[in-house]
Amino acid sequence: MYKNVLQNIDNIAIWPVVSFVIFFLFFLCLLWYVFTADRKFIDKMKNLPVEATDDDTISNTSNV
Amino acid sequence: MELDKFSYDNRIVKAFIIATVVFGLVGMLVGLTAAIQLVYPVFNFDLQYTSFGRIRPLHTNAIIFAFVGNAMFAGVYYSMQRLLKTRMYSDRLSWLHFWGWQLIIVAAAVTLPLGFTSSKEYAELEWPIDIAITVIWVVFGWNMLGTIIKRRERHMYVAIWFYIATFITVAVLHVVNSFEIPVTLFKSYPVYAGVQDALVQWWYGHNAVAFFLTTPFLGMMYYFLPKAANRPVYSYRLSIIHFWSLIFIYIWAGPHHLLYTSLPDWAQSLGTVFSLMLIAPSWGGMLNGLLTLRGAWDKVREDPVLKFMVVAVTAYGMATLEGPLLSLKNVNAIAHFTDWIVAHVHVGGLGWNGFMTFAMLYWMVPRMWRTKLYSTRMANVHFWLGTLGIIFYALPMYVSGVVQSLMWKEFNPEGMLMYKNFLETTVQILPLHALRAVGGALYLSGAILMTYNLIKTAYAGSFLANEDAEAMPLTKGYVSTSGGWHHRLLEHKPVLFTVLTLIAILIGGALEMIPTFLVKSNVPTISSVKPYTPLELHGRDIYIREGCVNCHTQMVRPFRSETERYGEYSKAGEFVYDHPFLWGSKRTGPDLHRIGSKYSNSWHYNHMLAPDAVSTGSIMPAYLWLSEQTIDKTETRGKITALRKVGVPYEEGFEEIANEDLEKQALSITASLKADGIEVASDAEIIALIAYLQRLGTDIKAAPADEAALGANQ
Repeated sequence: MYKNVLQNIDNIAIWPVVSFVIFFLFFLCLLWYVFTADRKFIDKMKNLPVEATDDDTISNTSNV
Repeated sequence: MELDKFSYDNRIVKAFIIATVVFGLVGMLVGLTAAIQLVYPVFNFDLQYTSFGRIRPLHTNAIIFAFVGNAMFAGVYYSMQRLLKTRMYSDRLSWLHFWGWQLIIVAAAVTLPLGFTSSKEYAELEWPIDIAITVIWVVFGWNMLGTIIKRRERHMYVAIWFYIATFITVAVLHVVNSFEIPVTLFKSYPVYAGVQDALVQWWYGHNAVAFFLTTPFLGMMYYFLPKAANRPVYSYRLSIIHFWSLIFIYIWAGPHHLLYTSLPDWAQSLGTVFSLMLIAPSWGGMLNGLLTLRGAWDKVREDPVLKFMVVAVTAYGMATLEGPLLSLKNVNAIAHFTDWIVAHVHVGGLGWNGFMTFAMLYWMVPRMWRTKLYSTRMANVHFWLGTLGIIFYALPMYVSGVVQSLMWKEFNPEGMLMYKNFLETTVQILPLHALRAVGGALYLSGAILMTYNLIKTAYAGSFLANEDAEAMPLTKGYVSTSGGWHHRLLEHKPVLFTVLTLIAILIGGALEMIPTFLVKSNVPTISSVKPYTPLELHGRDIYIREGCVNCHTQMVRPFRSETERYGEYSKAGEFVYDHPFLWGSKRTGPDLHRIGSKYSNSWHYNHMLAPDAVSTGSIMPAYLWLSEQTIDKTETRGKITALRKVGVPYEEGFEEIANEDLEKQALSITASLKADGIEVASDAEIIALIAYLQRLGTDIKAAPADEAALGANQ
């Protein structure tokens, strides 16, 4: 049906297919990127925010 | 090598925190007012500056850009310095950013009630403010990237990625959606029209939610949640997948705001598919947040910060499941244009953004003032007031949305609409609207309690303006031995990272929009559709100024229940001269696309001045000033030439005679009003508005049959 609207573009149907293929490849690369990471590196990154800093000495709760 | 000694800038964070609290209270109060107006129209105060159509964008802008915006900056400035082990790049830029942003907010608070609006949702501000936003946003980005470059921590933690994506994407969205041609100092027309304008606007609107309300808060979740729970994030690998797939997929999903409209079908489907795919990264992120609390749930019982965070992350999960479901065409057919959508955004706004902000404030203030929170009990009361507020807000709105939608669609056994009069469906849901206002009031009272608690906390402590810190400087020529070459490539190189982020978001945007823009006239031309007359143009600008689009759609969807009620469904080709498009997204009142010629001029006149007298029980505000104020004919020329520049085919020289044309049309309307016993000046604003309303949706009636059919498209 959309072909009626966009009949001036050749092969409009290719656009959604291209979209999907791009995403699929992107996702595969992402998985490869994530799972080939070194465990030590991941652990280091993971702990960045919780490394001891000054503000850890203050508790979240009051006595009241 | 020696340790660098430096300090974190807490003053700028403090400034953003104060702004967050102040504008949060204001924004919520305006929202509560708007909610009450929808039950008791008397609270419009019969003043143009306080009528719902102008108050509603004030509320949304105050909440999004002032409350959530300032909270985002406070959280980013606090966490970024600590994650990168450096002070912000430039104190001067920090303060320029702060004051620039507050000035923009003040400008919005002044111009929106005055009626200066582009009418595009969440992009209502007019062109001079748009330019200011661009400049200040660049200042923010410059300061942020500068900080990243002078960092002492070699690797960028995932929170920083989310901040970079926020900066880049909001910049792109804002610039692309703000291409407009100025007419006067506070009036402009977008260069896009009709379907294109709708697509660009909702590409923007959807991604403003994604990259202003979501990604920065996800970044902050990845920092503040592990901090508050005192344990690292559940899975760092998952957070990498979360980040890249979220920013890649989000950008495609905008068209789900336009299902069943005149947008080409393939674009609608693309929006649906990518919206469904969004569940995966969103829930990945939510689970990553909640699972971080593994083994720490006992702390949630005692710690108000964690309580707020758990509800915030859960609300994020709810809203991001609901969003994709609403993108299914069959669900959307029921939910769109109803209170369901209002409930959906408030689960996100009140739950995710609001509660995350409260959690951060309760976390940061005691630490920056070096003391304990004044009262945990009060924070717990706030938590329950807020949670009950969300429930009392959302539940009535879900019920209201479904009830009204089903009433719109109900036919009697004779095949006629059961509730032919739209107003019957409005009256039915008013008690639910009242209940929603109660929910809003509960939420606001919780926020007031928090304000008191934070002020008392600050007074009890002493503010630490510069927090001392030390770290090893980065060395040049560093060779990483961990992570693998691809992690070395990416996570040490902020500029490359930024470029890749930009590419990821551009792919989706481009593939979505290029096909629509490729065709010169992107929609079937209907030869009988003509540009607006000068008087109608003035009327249309009044329609925009008064924010009519906040309650009235101009988009009859191809359902029998709608064609029965309103008339022929809307065709893409009917909007080619609509700069901007005014399809709307909410039907508090009926659709107006086929309102033209449906009622007499005097009906419109009386209805505008006293809606309740014409339609008993109507909750529409009275527009008394429209009969007193006059249109500014000196602007006609500018309007015509500006529209010609963006492609509306007014003949050369038409601007010279436009006012004659305008006066002729105005006189014919005043004459017809006079025949009904109404005396009004021919240059009164209401005449222009009537002219516009009477024109709406009538062009197609003169179209040849084959064109009208082609216009049906999709």
